[in-house]
Amino acid sequence: MLWAEGLRHAFNEGRVVALDDVSFNLAAGQTLAIFGPNGAGKTTLLKVLAGLIRPQAGSARVAGGRRAIGWIGHQSQLYGHLSVRENLLFWASLYGVPRAERGARATDVLARLGMTDRAEQPVWSLSRGLVQRAAIAKALIHEPRVLLLDEPFTGLDLGAAAELRALLAALRGAGRALVLTTHNVDEGAELATDVAFQLRGRFVQYAPRAGRGSAEIAEAYRRAVAGTNG
Amino acid sequence: MGELLRQTWTIARKDLLLEFRSRTAIVSAVVFTALVLTVFNFGRDPTAVSALDLAPSILWVTFTFAAMLGLNRAFQLELENQAIEGLLISPLDRRSLYWGKLLANLAFVAVVEAVGLPLFVLFFNVPVGHVLLPLLAVMALATLGFVAVGTLFSAMVVRTRFAELMLPVLLLPFLLLPLTYAVQATARLLADRPLSEVAGWLRLLAAYDIVFLAVASWLFPYTVDE
Amino acid sequence: MTMAQKGRWLVVTGLVLLGGVYVRALAFTPVERFQGPAQKIFYVHVPAAVTTELAVILLGLAGVFYLFLKDPRLDRFAESSAEVGTVFASIVLTTGPIWGKPIWGTWWTWDARLTSTLFLFFLLVGYQVLRGAVTDGALRARYSAVLGICAVVLVGFIHLSVYLFPTLHPQPIVLKPSKPSLPGAMLLTLLLSFGVFLLLYVGFVMQRYAIATRRAESFHG
Repeated sequence: MLWAEGLRHAFNEGRVVALDDVSFNLAAGQTLAIFGPNGAGKTTLLKVLAGLIRPQAGSARVAGGRRAIGWIGHQSQLYGHLSVRENLLFWASLYGVPRAERGARATDVLARLGMTDRAEQPVWSLSRGLVQRAAIAKALIHEPRVLLLDEPFTGLDLGAAAELRALLAALRGAGRALVLTTHNVDEGAELATDVAFQLRGRFVQYAPRAGRGSAEIAEAYRRAVAGTNG
Repeated sequence: MGELLRQTWTIARKDLLLEFRSRTAIVSAVVFTALVLTVFNFGRDPTAVSALDLAPSILWVTFTFAAMLGLNRAFQLELENQAIEGLLISPLDRRSLYWGKLLANLAFVAVVEAVGLPLFVLFFNVPVGHVLLPLLAVMALATLGFVAVGTLFSAMVVRTRFAELMLPVLLLPFLLLPLTYAVQATARLLADRPLSEVAGWLRLLAAYDIVFLAVASWLFPYTVDE
Repeated sequence: MTMAQKGRWLVVTGLVLLGGVYVRALAFTPVERFQGPAQKIFYVHVPAAVTTELAVILLGLAGVFYLFLKDPRLDRFAESSAEVGTVFASIVLTTGPIWGKPIWGTWWTWDARLTSTLFLFFLLVGYQVLRGAVTDGALRARYSAVLGICAVVLVGFIHLSVYLFPTLHPQPIVLKPSKPSLPGAMLLTLLLSFGVFLLLYVGFVMQRYAIATRRAESFHG
């Protein structure tokens, strides 16, 4: 469902390497968790997958194109002065959800996320955790097959983070492919079917999780980071 | 084509809804217009120059500034929470984004002009009733010219530092043309010249609009995409 | 010879020839009947103004090609053309009033040449202000291409509107450099001057382009 081949990209006339020969495939049902420090190029990789950035070399493809992609980042991409529902209806319209279905789908996804009672509130009035949930609703309204999550746990308190983890675990089913980036191994390790470490644009390790716990993966990550710095 | 129109309307409607909700920009623009007209009144010597001579210039300079206020907010709205990224990740056709923003900007400036024109008539005692229709035609065509190029440029400057300052610097040379044509047409209208004299200026305005709408809508995707 | 060196030679040659043109204009070209010796500024002003316009047109064309080809060299050329054009425009705008004051009694007139050059000057300055405000090279090149293309379309529109709507003509925004029918000797001086300014343009652009290339390379190195 998702293919990346030889991706290379650098900023500032080549001084900052964000992607260095990154290649991978993802099938339906797989969740790739990418761990890396800040500046490793994780966001750039997701932006290339989402079609926001054209890579300087290599190619990336998502089956179904833009309509099949749902994005969840640390910015909600919602309009503050519109209500949650109005936002959902707007985005549903952009993604080509037929008019007759939009209302029903919005109601449905709001219910799934436990936001029914907040539906008419303007987004600016919501707490960070609720905004994140609204952003997830927006990402799901068009029923995307691929979800790209860019450091989605940023700014969430423990409770909200646990909720998000539970939600993502539920989303993994139903044939979706997820790509999740984070700099904190504990956040994403248990959700993943495949794990990659991205350091300075490169996939330093890329392997199936194979039953490893987050402690084990964290240790491997620490070693990988030390190895690159040493 | 139907899809493009639908998306254009979705964008325009969203912008207008947002504007209606917060109302800050439109109120500021209307007040600004009233203030500028007031400043022009105190800034001239009524015994030296008649209102009728200066009127066209005053009117159009005021409208130009008002248009720029409106243009600045168009893409600023998308920066909040990085909605612009969401728009670009979605299957939204970039041309629909341009046309949608253009429509919303036109509506914004139209409201400001709808308040500005009566105020102008009031403050400067310039009767326009007898030439109202042709005058509205001039206003519509000139405003379209302002907004066609302005929407394109505002997309670019929103990502630069000092966006509010950059936009006038880049845009004014382009606005000089429709501004000049509009002033010439308005002057002739207010002086009760026959319509045939005004027609040429209207045609120039229309030509400017067609050319720059085409160029700006062609170029717009390059300002948001790689 | 590197591009910068070639450029330097062209500029030096051009300046020498410019001196020659001056001599020819002052000593060997007949004095114009109505304006007297003051008219001779014409031989420097007209070519300089035309070269400014050429600089704008070329940077716009480079912009069109850049959008299709994405070659950074096109952007470097556009950058150079803009700077050189600004220099020529500044020359016209400063020498014009200085020359005009003793002759016409005013520092500034809204005649066709000064007005159009001022207009081009604003376009060029805006272009460079935009470039200065964008740090990312690729984005800067794209934005510059967009602005450059709009500028060329504007210049073209102004010229065309003068031809298509002649009755509305007497307005200051006329970019058409007035080329009145000139007797042989004056025409020759003018043409020689055009040639010299073209040489200077090419020489300056080559030097500036070489600087831009060196700057880009030092980043990758």
